[in-house]
Amino acid sequence: MGYLVAAYLMFWGVTFLYLLSLLRRQRALEERLARMQARLDPAHREGDDGSE
Amino acid sequence: MRTWERIWIGATIALMALATLAVFLYAPREAKMGDVQRIFYFHVGTAWSGFLAFAVALVGSVLYLRTRSPRWDQLSHAAVEVGLVLLTMAIVAGSLWARPVWNTWWTWDPRLTTTTITWVVYLAYLLLRGAVENPEVRARFAAVYATVAFVTVPITYLSARLLRTIHPIVLGPSVSAEAQGQFGLTPRMAHTMALSVVAWTLLFSVLLWMRYRIQRAQEALEAMEAAGE
Repeated sequence: MGYLVAAYLMFWGVTFLYLLSLLRRQRALEERLARMQARLDPAHREGDDGSE
Repeated sequence: MRTWERIWIGATIALMALATLAVFLYAPREAKMGDVQRIFYFHVGTAWSGFLAFAVALVGSVLYLRTRSPRWDQLSHAAVEVGLVLLTMAIVAGSLWARPVWNTWWTWDPRLTTTTITWVVYLAYLLLRGAVENPEVRARFAAVYATVAFVTVPITYLSARLLRTIHPIVLGPSVSAEAQGQFGLTPRMAHTMALSVVAWTLLFSVLLWMRYRIQRAQEALEAMEAAGE
């Protein structure tokens, strides 16, 4: 019975950890995108002010 | 999240829960091996969806070589990563089953050896990808590699059917008299196995979709950052 429990804990544990890693990578990408937008926004405002 | 994605993920969670319940409550206790035989259901589900993932990587690679569209390379990359996770689970579960049934965690039997070769070949795919800087060269190299690498999948499948092996064959006849842990599928066992295979296939599709979207977003962001520099 111990091997059976270990196997199903492994199935669910690995699936959960992999899902968690995917969600973390997705969040990291969203943060990178937000940083890029923040970097681009002032540049756009300068462009709108007629600085070009 | 869109409605169809919610339905898709909800159905996956429900089917995975149902498959787990079927494994423990619906499938009968196998006479010789006892409860440890129940590992078989998810072992088959993970192994099947792992090999399906490598088939998706093959299709993606062939389509990349034909069209040169980066989306196919991104799909192949995502499929290989998800496939490796699934195949790792199948190998670990097989080892947990083997300890009480074969009296060993591992043996260099043809099926186990060919599965390990498949695992190493696809792990190398991910490692080698990371070593190539140019995106176009990387995608082309990865597509050729994944196309050739797929040959390990039918070899692994056939190894237990054509060679002398102790690995049991539950679907179809086994040619090996040495097979240990062989058992006949009762109708309830067959239902549970089918449910597990469907549930893992659905879970694979969700993981693949999530990983593919991350890959697409990451490459688009990298291209934007490179253009901005």
